[in-house]
Amino acid sequence: MATHAHPKRTGLWDWLTTVDHKKIGILYLIAGGFFFLIGGLEALLMRIQLMYPNQEIFVGGSFNQLLTMHGTTMIFLAAMPIIFALMNAIVPLQIGARDVAFPFLNSLGFWLFFLGGLLLNLSWFLGGAPDAGWTAYLPLSGKNYSGMGVDFYVLGLQIAGIGTWIGGINFLVTIINMRAPGLTFMRLPMFTWSVFVTSALILFAFPAITVSLVLLMFDRLFGGAFFEPALGGNIVIWQHLFWVFGHPEVYILILPAFGVISEVIATFSKKRIFGYSAMVFATVLIGFLGFMVWVHHMFTVGLGPVANSLFSIATMLIAVPTGIKIFNWLFTMWGGQIRFTAANLWAVGFLPTFVIGGMTGVMLSVPPADYQFHDSYFVVAHFHYTIVGGMVFALFAGLHYWWPKMFGKILNETLGKIGFWFFFIGFHLTFFPQHFLGLMGMPRRVFTFLPNQGLELGNFISTIGAFSMTIGTLVFLYNVIVTATRGEKASNDPWDARTLEWTISSPAPEYNFAQTPLVRGLDAFWVEKMAGKKKMTPAEPLGEIHMPSPSILPFIMSLGLFIAGFGFMHHAYLIVIIGLGTTVVCMFLRSIYDDPGYHVHPDEEEVKA
Amino acid sequence: MSRWNLSWRLLPLLAVMMLVLTGCAQDPYLSALDPKGPVASAQLSLIMLSLYIMIGVFVVVMVIYVYVLFRFRKRPGQTGIPEQVEGNHKLEIIWTVIPLILLAVLAVPTVSLTFDLAEKHSTEEALQVKVTAHQFWWEFEYPDLEISAGQDLYIPTGQKIQFQVTAKDVMHAIWIPALGGKIDTNPGMTNNMWLQADKPGTYKGKCAELCGPSHALMDFKVIALEPAEFDKWVNNMKATATKTVPASAQAGQEVFNQSCIGCHAVDATKGVKVPDIAPNLAGFADRTVLAGFIEHNNENLAQWIKNPQSLKPGNLMPAFEGKLDEQQINDLVEYMNTLTLE
Repeated sequence: MATHAHPKRTGLWDWLTTVDHKKIGILYLIAGGFFFLIGGLEALLMRIQLMYPNQEIFVGGSFNQLLTMHGTTMIFLAAMPIIFALMNAIVPLQIGARDVAFPFLNSLGFWLFFLGGLLLNLSWFLGGAPDAGWTAYLPLSGKNYSGMGVDFYVLGLQIAGIGTWIGGINFLVTIINMRAPGLTFMRLPMFTWSVFVTSALILFAFPAITVSLVLLMFDRLFGGAFFEPALGGNIVIWQHLFWVFGHPEVYILILPAFGVISEVIATFSKKRIFGYSAMVFATVLIGFLGFMVWVHHMFTVGLGPVANSLFSIATMLIAVPTGIKIFNWLFTMWGGQIRFTAANLWAVGFLPTFVIGGMTGVMLSVPPADYQFHDSYFVVAHFHYTIVGGMVFALFAGLHYWWPKMFGKILNETLGKIGFWFFFIGFHLTFFPQHFLGLMGMPRRVFTFLPNQGLELGNFISTIGAFSMTIGTLVFLYNVIVTATRGEKASNDPWDARTLEWTISSPAPEYNFAQTPLVRGLDAFWVEKMAGKKKMTPAEPLGEIHMPSPSILPFIMSLGLFIAGFGFMHHAYLIVIIGLGTTVVCMFLRSIYDDPGYHVHPDEEEVKA
Repeated sequence: MSRWNLSWRLLPLLAVMMLVLTGCAQDPYLSALDPKGPVASAQLSLIMLSLYIMIGVFVVVMVIYVYVLFRFRKRPGQTGIPEQVEGNHKLEIIWTVIPLILLAVLAVPTVSLTFDLAEKHSTEEALQVKVTAHQFWWEFEYPDLEISAGQDLYIPTGQKIQFQVTAKDVMHAIWIPALGGKIDTNPGMTNNMWLQADKPGTYKGKCAELCGPSHALMDFKVIALEPAEFDKWVNNMKATATKTVPASAQAGQEVFNQSCIGCHAVDATKGVKVPDIAPNLAGFADRTVLAGFIEHNNENLAQWIKNPQSLKPGNLMPAFEGKLDEQQINDLVEYMNTLTLE
């Protein structure tokens, strides 16, 4: 076996060409965090407009751009990428792998997502952002009723969507094929399990959104009539396709959050997860049922009582596996030694908040009640309780928990707790009153409300809460800066944790594991600790480690599609050919040049330590 | 001391009560929490049933949660390793089966009411109303009475109203929270829904589906009248076909006939026979608001005619500032004030 030179790269070039899952995880975190701030700013502007009745700060079309971009950005460009950040940073480490199955694809997935998201956000400067809601219902999102913004939505999301889909496949293959010896499926950490199920959902759900975006693209750009009632088209088809994707999407978001909570609660209670096999079963069942319930977003479309009843009962069923999870988390803490670190504070704060989101979810599954809730602020409250109170809380828990493993430093605990309280209290102030606003007759997506309808108080409190959440987020950002400049250096295992990622240095070396570990049970590291050992038993002799080469091709391929996107929306087919041509040439280069990678020697010091 | 504690504990409850009570305002009614008809009442009782079940679950979770967080927090100096419990089949079966039973309790009335509300009533059983939603106004046609109205929906009390709803341009959704839940109005399709008002009064209606820049302003009113009053209203509406204009308003009528009649009818019996791109103005002078939400006075009406975009962005009415002079606009306002049903 030939040893190839170790190509040392630094700076920007290193980040553009890296195929290392840990660095790609950081890229996802930076990009997702950036979009999270943009989406948060959009939310804050909306709340300022709605602080008092009849304000005229963002009126009509400009408010609709804000609400559309807030939803689209938060779902596709903030929530999913930050999940991908944790997936990339942690899953290979949790399964004792040296990288993901397809490092090149991993990089391609990131750059597609990032450039797709950039394309979408450039709409602000190039003729206005999309304004038909993140759901882009037809005919409002058709070419007769909305401007160029929706073209950016259609093309940006297609490009970003390919990236996500590639990522999903990559993690499925990684988790199936690259587990360390002894790490059977029923020994996988809960976070890895949830990523596995989420990846399967991505595999099946993203084709549906891609198909619907392609159909909409044909309608808008090439004179199609799939959704044009006057020409025999049907607008409800869009809603079916969108929600066949859209409902699994919410489970794509929440399942990894469940995974994070399981890890954090188990570690900080110093106990193994209660009812592990039930937890796994519940995760798989939620993923499966997630595909069976999309019509509960469409109870008011007029599909008839049979469809509404069937989908109602299917939706209620999801409460059962979700309830199992809640009780298992409670009983994981039962009898434990609970430490209230910042990470665990987020996880503990998640529990009641998510239960409220689940409760309103069951209430929404009742069609006659949903006729009142639907498209009102009650729904806005519900999905923010699940997505922010559920997923974002879990992401903060995960970030505080795994920060040492990603960056080698522990986030400041005091700042972490201050940020939590501002965000937690602000969150409930913002969204709890919205349940009542909805029932009191406030539809969602309105840029203003009239005085003397009883809606003033709730809206005012809600805006105050939004400011508190903003402060919480800023405290977190400040914490990141403080920690980076003078944070405490983290040991391998700062939390006395249970899983494989904590057996190696913080941050992990380039090759992750000098020797692939041998796994002897659930919570592999804990098993060794209980046996009185300080480290894992290796499953292979020490030797040279094969690494994939960095490559600039994923970036250029994505850039090609980015350029082609602009060409499509301006009907400039020369630019389309240049863009797609660039991508195809890169694919060709990638195919004909064999890349043998290179080898590294593990750090002797580290192996001894 | 204990009283102090109690008042603190009651504070959140008081806050919620205040929030809810502000929603139970007087006529015009808006809130779904204050139902004014059988559909809204049935929906609210189902909401309350699901809420009670959920609160029951929430209380159980919170009791365990609070107990666990206090009882099992790590104490200073605590050492040793807690017992690594794998699970407990009995417990796990309990929290699988009990939720299933609770959901079954909820599912039965759910399915039954879902079918009830989907029932389609014939002309003998219910007053038929065809609703067509437009960007950003509502058209109500009474096929059996042969009249149609814009913006204000008049209905008789104590009688089922069977709606057939559709939309002309984009999707909207018709929602009258105090009378019942909503249904989408889909272009190219017709949906059915029935509602009923028990008492006379004014009920606020909203568009619930994002439909463009003025989605927030697409309000309308439902005015429920005693059956006898309603019949009187129907006759008055029919009389708009033959109504004569007082001499003082004739100059304004001339302006109307030159500039407005291409889009707006003032004759309730003509309704949809005129190009249905703008609301029928029969009974316009009786409406308390303009364009669904603006206070009805001469100044606002003149402003609307001059520049409707400044009040309701994205609506389709052209601006008449510059096209009509000040005198013509005043005449027009004068004329429109005569469009009453008396």
